[in-house]
Formats: sequence, C-alpha cells, structure tokens
Amino acid sequence: MPTLQFRLNGAAIAVDADPDQMLLDVLRSRLGIAGAHFGCGAGECGACHVMVDGRAMASCDMPMWSVADKDVVTLEGLGTAAQPHPLQRAFISEQAMQCGYCVSGILISAAALLKRNPSPTEAEVRAALDRNLCRCGSHNRMVRAVLRAASEMAAS
Amino acid sequence: MSSPAPKLPVSLVANPRLSSWVKFSGEGRVAISPGKVEIGQGIVTALAQIAADELDVDISRIEMIRASTATSPNEGVTSGSLSIQQSGRALRQVCAEVRQRFLFAASERLGVDAALLDVDDGTISGPGNVSTSYWELAGDVSLDHDATAGAAAKSAARRAVAGHSVQRVDIPDKVFAQPRFIHDQALPGLLHGRVLRPDISGAKLIALDEAAARAVPGLVAIARDGGFAGVVADSETAAEAALKALRKGATWSAGEPLPDEDDLAGFLKSQPVESTVIDTRTATTRVHARTLRRQYTRPYIAHASIAPSCAMAQWDGDRVHVWTHSQGVYLLRADLATVLKLPAENIVVEHMEGAGCYGHNAADDVALDAVLLAKAAGGRPVRVQWSRHDEMSHAPFGAAMAIEIEADLDADNEIVGWRHAIWSNGHAARPGRAVQPALLAATEIANPYPRMISTNPPAANGGGGDRNSVPLYDFPTWTITSHRLLTMPVRTSALRTLGGQGNVFAIESLLDEIAALRGEDPVGFRLRHLRDERARDVIRAAARRAQWKPQKQAGIGHGVGFARYKNTGAYCAAIAEIEGADDIRVKRLTLAVDVGEAINPDGVINQIEGGAIQATSWVLKERVRFDRTRITTTSWTDYPILTFSEVPAVDVAIIQRPEIEPVGAGEAAHGPVTAAIANAVFDCLGVRVRDLPITRDKIIAAMELAS
Repeated sequence: MPTLQFRLNGAAIAVDADPDQMLLDVLRSRLGIAGAHFGCGAGECGACHVMVDGRAMASCDMPMWSVADKDVVTLEGLGTAAQPHPLQRAFISEQAMQCGYCVSGILISAAALLKRNPSPTEAEVRAALDRNLCRCGSHNRMVRAVLRAASEMAAS
Repeated sequence: MSSPAPKLPVSLVANPRLSSWVKFSGEGRVAISPGKVEIGQGIVTALAQIAADELDVDISRIEMIRASTATSPNEGVTSGSLSIQQSGRALRQVCAEVRQRFLFAASERLGVDAALLDVDDGTISGPGNVSTSYWELAGDVSLDHDATAGAAAKSAARRAVAGHSVQRVDIPDKVFAQPRFIHDQALPGLLHGRVLRPDISGAKLIALDEAAARAVPGLVAIARDGGFAGVVADSETAAEAALKALRKGATWSAGEPLPDEDDLAGFLKSQPVESTVIDTRTATTRVHARTLRRQYTRPYIAHASIAPSCAMAQWDGDRVHVWTHSQGVYLLRADLATVLKLPAENIVVEHMEGAGCYGHNAADDVALDAVLLAKAAGGRPVRVQWSRHDEMSHAPFGAAMAIEIEADLDADNEIVGWRHAIWSNGHAARPGRAVQPALLAATEIANPYPRMISTNPPAANGGGGDRNSVPLYDFPTWTITSHRLLTMPVRTSALRTLGGQGNVFAIESLLDEIAALRGEDPVGFRLRHLRDERARDVIRAAARRAQWKPQKQAGIGHGVGFARYKNTGAYCAAIAEIEGADDIRVKRLTLAVDVGEAINPDGVINQIEGGAIQATSWVLKERVRFDRTRITTTSWTDYPILTFSEVPAVDVAIIQRPEIEPVGAGEAAHGPVTAAIANAVFDCLGVRVRDLPITRDKIIAAMELAS
C-alpha cells in the first residue's frame, strides 16, 4: 500500500493506505479521530465534515488520494477544553445542541465560514450550514452560537 | 384522623433500594444511577439538578452513571416524556431520604440535634463550628435500605438548582471531540460486522454463495443463522467490502407486497382491524342542522436520526455483554434472552449515547445483530453499524394514519356532536413487552419468530393511535373510535407523540374550519370551549407573544394549534406565521408551554424548540415512500428534512409552575405546531390541506378539490 502524506490538525502525517479508501475511514480507524462522524457515507448530511485547505468538505466520500499534501483539520484541531476555539465556547454558552452528533461537522462548517467571512449575516450562516443536517432541531441555537463567536472574534 | 400513607413514585416502587440510586465515593463524589438514559434530550442534566438540590451538593460533584442491567434500577423505557415524571420524582425522594439518613448519623457523631444541622455542598455542620460530611460518614451510613417515603423533599421555594437553567453536563465532551457516542468507542480487539438485508420488503434469504466474500482480505467470519447472514472483519472497510461481495451471492424470495402509497387512506381503511371505542360522552342530543365530515391523513414518517444505529457485543462462554443506545436496557435484555434462549442473568446490557432518538428506532435491532455476529468472533467484541440505507428502510417507522371526524353543527354552527375515528397500525412494537421478541433479526434466524404486529399502549398510558384523540374541549357529546390494523406490510413502532401528532392535526384543523364558518376568531373560539385554566393560559400566552392577530397581509398567514400532550402531560399552544407563494415557508413559530415545574428551563425551551422544528420538517417535507415491492426513500436525497435556511424562527415562553409536579417536554410541540402550520396555510391561501405533508402538490390538489 502506498504511503500518503498530508497534514492533520497541524502535524505532518504519513499513512499507508489504499488511495481509494475514504478519508473518514482512515481518520477514525487509523488516526484516533472521533471528531468526524459517520452519518450517511454519501456526503449528504455533513456529520463527517473536515476542513481541507480551509474548506469544509465531507470526508466520508473523499478518497485518500485526493487529500495528499493537503491540510486537514478535524474538530480535534479547532481547540481544546484548555484552549477552546471561540466557536466551541459559543456552542457551550448557547447550549447549541440536543444530541450533538451532527455538531462536530457543524463546528467545522462554521469555522470554515468564519475563515473566509469573519462577520457573516444570519442568512450567510444559514447558507453555510445548509449542507449539514440536524435532526433534533437545534438549528437556531447553532446559528446564534456562530454569530456570537464571530462577534467575539471581531472584538478580540 | 390519620393521613393516608405517603405514596412512593412508581420507579421507587419497582426499585426501592436507596443504594441502587445513590452512592458516595471518596474524593467528594456522588454517583447517581438512574434507569433512564440520555437520548439527546438532556435528561441526565435535569436529573443531576434534582439530586444536587435534594442532597445539597454542588452539581459538579455529581457523576451520572449510564444505565446498565448489571447495576441500575429498572425504569423500563426512556420514552413518552416520562423521564422527569418517573426518574425525577424517584430521585427527588431517594435523595431526600439519603440526606435525612446522613443527618441522623451526623447528629449522633457530632452530638447535635439533627434539626440544627445544615448541609452545604456535602459538608454537614451545626452550631459551635462542628462539622462532618457525606464522605466522612459514608462508611457508617448504609444505604442498603428501601425507600419509605418518610422524608419530605424540599419545597419548591427552597430549591436552588432545580428550576434554574444550568449547562448540560454532556455538551463539553461533544464540542471538544471527546468520544462520548457509542459510535466512537474503541474496545481492545474490536472487530466490525455488517448484516445482509434485502431491498425487497419481506424477502427471505433462500440461498447464499459465500465464495466471493470469503476472498475479501480482512474477513474474519461469515455468520449464518437461517435467513440471517452477516460478515465479521478486522476493519469497517473490509466488512463493507465483504458485505458487498456477499450481497452478490444472495438469492431472495419474492417478498410481500407493499400498499399503494398514493392511496394510504384507502389501504388503511380496507384492512382487517381491531376496533376499540376509546371514549364516549353523552348528553341530551341537541338538534343539528348539518354534519361536517372530514378526513385527515398522515404518511409513514422515518426516525431519520443523523447517526445510523450501532451496537457492540462480546461473548464470554455462554455470557454476553452488549453496548447499546436502546431506550430500555432491561427490555432489550428480555428480548435477547428470548432469542438466545439464555437466562437474563447471562446477559449484561449497558447503555451508551447514540445520536438523537425520537422513539423506537433500530437501536434494539442492531444490538441483536451484534450479538449474533459476535458469536462467530471467538470472544472478541464486534461492533455493528447499520448503513444509511438500512436505517431508512429497515428501522420501524411512525405509523401512517387516516382520521375521520364528523362534527354535528347546529343552526349557529356550534358543535353539538363529534365523532372521531382513527385507522392506523399500532404505534408500538417495542422489545421486552410481549412473549415474542420485537427484534428484526429474530424474524430472520432459523426457527424465526413472526414479525410482531404493532399494538397500542393502553389509554391509561396515553394510548397509541388514539393518543390525544379525546378532545379537551367541552363539546356536549362525542364518540372516539380507534381501528388498529391487524396486518403490517410496513413495519411501524413508536415515533415521537405516537398518534398524537395526527390526532391534534385533525382536531385543531376542524376546529379552525368551524371557527372560520362562524366568522369567529380561532383563538377566542378555542378559549370559549376550554375550562382548564392551564390550557387557556398557554393559548393566551402564545397569542399575546405572537401579537395575535395582526392585520391580514397578502401572502402571509397565521394559524393556531393547541394540545395537552397525552391529555395528561405538558400544555402547549403554537402560533405559526407562514409565507405562501409557490411553496410554503414557515417564518416564525411562537409557543407557550406549561410543564409544571420546569427543572431546567433552558432544557425545556431546547426540547420545545427542537420539537417545533422537527414537526415543521414532518409537515412540510416528510413522507416515507415506497413502490409495491420496496421502500424507496433510502437516502437524505430521497427523504429530505428541513435545512438551516428553511428553519423558522422559534420563540418559546414557559409558564413556570414550581408547585406542580413536572412533566416532560419532548413531545408537546409536534401536534400544536402541525395544526398551527396547516391553519396558517388556510389563512394564507384559503385552502385546507388535510393530507400531510403540506407540499406544493398537495396544495394544488386541495385547490382543485375546493374549486
């Protein structure tokens, strides 16, 4: 099996993998990542979103060959309890979830949005999250949390 | 005069031992062990609040123990919005008694009258600076006693934690990617399993060529038991590949035909049924001038949880350990024992969080799948995760319903008679409740069990298809009849509200129609027919908050809906504001809710908000589709749900009643929101859509019918 190199949460990674294997499988089964979730396997729900070169993308149908030499960020790479990303703080403050299974992908989509648009409107936040499904109905709290994080980041 | 003996909460009657609920451990920790489970509703936080309050310890000291048949009280199933009612009341009582036992022990040790002692964050102190703590006394105070109902819980005014919004205990893990879901657990030596299931509904496996699957690298075993077949492999990728190969080698029987999905009412009304008169009210018949006869339908609805169902199992000789996100660990164990022909003691079923659970989904099914596949794994643990396709086609659905209401009206269009009839499959086929198992694989193994035909919970538990069918309004007479289907070509079981959503939609739609006939304001019309002040309060509160009713604006509609969930639970009124052009867009939902004492008000708002948004999704978009042989909505493309851009603004007001026993909030919003949207559609477009979901096609059909 060929060795594929990419950056994962800031660290250089070399992994022996079938180039056609999906990134999500490798992240979860080989690299100890729990912050990208399987939801559908078809790129339709967003639970598995990771940032690839700054863009939020589904990892469940992304073959390994396509991430070679790219920069991949999962929820683990956003922040930690000791050093949280403003989005993580805001999701706690707004209690922005019910079950929270979709949240890992939603935080990634939101982080990618704030990278390219640091002060989005509510409609822009919603549009950016349209590829992420939430079944519990926590959408409005999540939108509030993203806007809160954006204003916090603008103020700092 | 003697007062009646104090009554223990129902969960305590079943599990009276104090030590099964509360334990003090070293390092100043308190372990609270409820029988109810976290299914994304925030219940463990609310229960922790109750315990913190009664014990007078900081909530951060409390560790909530996941339910397990090895250690936890048996509280049946986490469903029906009953967790606060059952587990919350039990814990409140238990903690009050535990606190009292410790106060007596402290009194002895400190030589101070117990009445003079106070507890602050677990430290028990009295006059003269004497003090001890729960943890110092833990060795002396046995909790191996049964609850007696002898200690009184705090009055509402003295509660410092319950009744206030606190942050949920599970949320930090979920934003910091800590493995908390069953899907994220990595047991040592874990293998991965997948089960072969037919696309054709009801098809049986009649032959299987395993050769191609056997050649897949990483395959560990192929498990067969009659028509049940699956693979075990050393990775998920290998398991998927082996399953794909196995599928090519499978030969299936013809299966069983599915009904005509374009005529669900016709199908439901043509099947053999068991008919029950749910309720009647009689009065001297007043003369009626005419009868309105209306039929309402709702389709089958999928749980469509964001995560596919998942379980793990590990055998050790003739004992098996199961990890599951089931709503009822003991009930699942009972079914597993039946299928495996093992004593229940040989099986431990332990809960782990899954994604949001809205009723009886495939969690229990996949647990049996894992148990059967793990038999072939030589003692190693096996994790099984369903595919999105199987989750959308093999899990039970919420049952389709046809509801017919006849309202007799007098010359002033006042209601003088009311007949409500329901045709539907049963709304519950949960495990652990019948002599036969309810698990999918049990119908596939050698010597299979028949598929359990869904039944309805008794009216005393809120009913099933008949849930919320008895009006809360003061109509002079009524007859409510439920016809439960005795065939079940499409598998159904409990989905949020059971029949409540359909029945409230029907009742509230017809009320709205009659109010319009009379030229009467629909809010005023409802208030005029309600005697229950709590009901009137939520309707008035929602109306006030939504500024009911604004000037009519072209293209905008407003509608109202009300119900008390199960007629015994939470009161909820909803007002919908919609925009109707080519498609319906729900812009704003305003709700008022009364759950009695709201333990965690923000948690209640979160549940109501979530219920309102989910109901909007059901109403505007959702319908399980099928042809005559198979379920065809097997992906998110085929079964779309509401997206971020489509979600309405939701505004929730709680009417807090700290002195009234709390009830759950998870299912209160669905019926009222459904009705409010339908009524807003009429307000906007002048047509009544009585056939859910309210899509563009249905609106056009309703317009054609009206013209």
